Amino acid sequence: MKRVQFSSPLLPYLFLAPQLAVIVIFFYWPSVRAIQSSFYLEDPFGFGSTFVGLDNYIGTLLNPEYLAIARFTAIFTALVTFFSLALGLLLAVKADAVIRGNATYKTLLISVYAIAPPVAGLIGMMFFDQHIGPFVKIAAFFGWEMKVGLSYFDTAFAMIVVAVWKQIPYNFIFFLSGLQGLPASVREAAAIDCRSSVKRFWTVIFPLLAPTAFFLLIINVTYALFDTFGVIDVMVKDKAANNPITLVYKVYMDGFRGNDIGGSSAQSVILMIVVFVLTVLQFRFIERRIHYT
Amino acid sequence: MATIEIDKVSKIYHGGVPAVSEVDIQIDDGEFIVLVGPSGCGKSTLLRMVAGLETISSGTVKISGRVVNDVEPADRDIAMVFQNYALYPHMSVRENLAYGLKNRRTPKNEIEARVAEAARMLELGPYLDRKPRALSGGQRQRVAMGRAIVRHPSAFLFDEPLSNLDAKLRVSMRGEIKRLQRRVGTTSLYVTHDQLEAMTLADRLVVLNGGRIEQIGRPLDVYHAPASTFVASFIGSPAMNLVQGELHGSRLAIGPALIDLGQAVPTQGAVTVGFRAEDLQVATGGAAAHADTLPLSVDYVEELGSQRLVHGTVGDQAVTVALSSDAPLSGEMQVAVPLGRLHFFDAGTGRRLAWSTAETHRTTTTANLLETAR
Repeated sequence: MKRVQFSSPLLPYLFLAPQLAVIVIFFYWPSVRAIQSSFYLEDPFGFGSTFVGLDNYIGTLLNPEYLAIARFTAIFTALVTFFSLALGLLLAVKADAVIRGNATYKTLLISVYAIAPPVAGLIGMMFFDQHIGPFVKIAAFFGWEMKVGLSYFDTAFAMIVVAVWKQIPYNFIFFLSGLQGLPASVREAAAIDCRSSVKRFWTVIFPLLAPTAFFLLIINVTYALFDTFGVIDVMVKDKAANNPITLVYKVYMDGFRGNDIGGSSAQSVILMIVVFVLTVLQFRFIERRIHYT
Repeated sequence: MATIEIDKVSKIYHGGVPAVSEVDIQIDDGEFIVLVGPSGCGKSTLLRMVAGLETISSGTVKISGRVVNDVEPADRDIAMVFQNYALYPHMSVRENLAYGLKNRRTPKNEIEARVAEAARMLELGPYLDRKPRALSGGQRQRVAMGRAIVRHPSAFLFDEPLSNLDAKLRVSMRGEIKRLQRRVGTTSLYVTHDQLEAMTLADRLVVLNGGRIEQIGRPLDVYHAPASTFVASFIGSPAMNLVQGELHGSRLAIGPALIDLGQAVPTQGAVTVGFRAEDLQVATGGAAAHADTLPLSVDYVEELGSQRLVHGTVGDQAVTVALSSDAPLSGEMQVAVPLGRLHFFDAGTGRRLAWSTAETHRTTTTANLLETAR
């Protein structure tokens, strides 16, 4: 790496300032405020706040409704992460093997990623619409009367399908470029050493893709926990009622619909800790089994 | 052990010009064949068609008498050594060596024995538990060789295996490859663009140009009787001098010089004349009776230590002379051409023109000598 010499020692900090400002204003400051307000009971009309110590945390963690949502969030995150990674990888492997017209395949597969989450939720909602949704009709064909928005299980199913569908292109891009970055000769050597292409995939290609897969694992867990907000919002339309929601949506509901700023802040701090711990665990236990070339 | 028969094999990429056209090569059991040519001559494509990594557009490839055109690479019973080694980076050296055997359901103790044997042969013992990234270039190359050897395949295919090594290592690995191939006696097909590698390794070499075979032959036969100007300029270092001449009767005119051939001449009129730099000598007062001289104006001299290369012009044509390092130098020199070592090529097609009985006699003698040397 080339070492650049600056004439003034302040100049490098000046260059960093815009980025630092963005991080501080949009990340650290809200985090600090969230931690701060999680210790207060806020008046719903904004007339003042009372310090309550850990009451907000205790109240949240003892709330059976909160625990049920946490359980659903765990299942939701696991399923969304698994299926979006698996399907993204499957499509990437298949697209990588296509020789003729592969640009068309890639563009079509990637284009879904350009759709904004709420729009994706809206499209997903239409897929599962009671009257016009093709998925509902297909399900009906197999004798499954789907009632998205009314039945807890059906809504959860639709949410997971839409969230996975939205995330596949992202994983697809990374897996595809990962596959194309593998040295051709290693794959050819494997073709000479191993007849079964499935076995070849799991013994040579997948281990070499592991760094990409690990990166995507972390990104996808974060996606399932946070970025599915738009999809869930469109699906449940502010009225969670009997419908499944994830922790992040609960934060929003309590904070902005229930005006319980303190409780909502406590929840978001808990969520922050969960994600932090999860990421540390992933690095501790998965990353060391990965070979970086 | 196996033979490889390449019969009228062509490779045409969709709609383009053929990369390899109608190549025929018969490889005997245990033979070391080197495919040599400049980049883009189709040598790697041909090798990859034998390996099964490229489809064959037309013609057939047989390994041990079996047509393998539609056989998967893994089922062709071949092993390949790649230019960039193509080791599996996530596996240890031991796992790299064992991978191909494991997938063929070789018994465990058999795998261990073969890995140990290859490790001993290639002196890889201390590195068996290392990952490839912890090895040097030469060691990686040896692992790649080992991966081929443990398989006990019918044939080894080498795709420029030494190109990524530095010059010194290349020479020692070259010797090692030759020694190993002699020892295990496996039929080998080796691709290189380095004519020196080709000359030193090959039992027979195949010179390719533009997807076609220019010449197949034993290294010394190719060296002494190149079939075309292309082969003449490609094999041997420094490259053979090729100059335009005119034949009138038994006289050959090269620029200002007139040489009396004094025997049967191959043709009349324009001709390309070839002679090797090392066959030329400085003409002393009493030049050899049957050799005439060329006037050489010297441009520059390259000192190689063991010899010096004198670059100059005869008339307006470039000529290089290899002289012993103590040979006297001057700006204008007379160099003697031994008549028996002149090569004639058609001025239009560049194909070799046979011209004297003496010449054919001499090449067969070297061939015989080579045979007895083996």
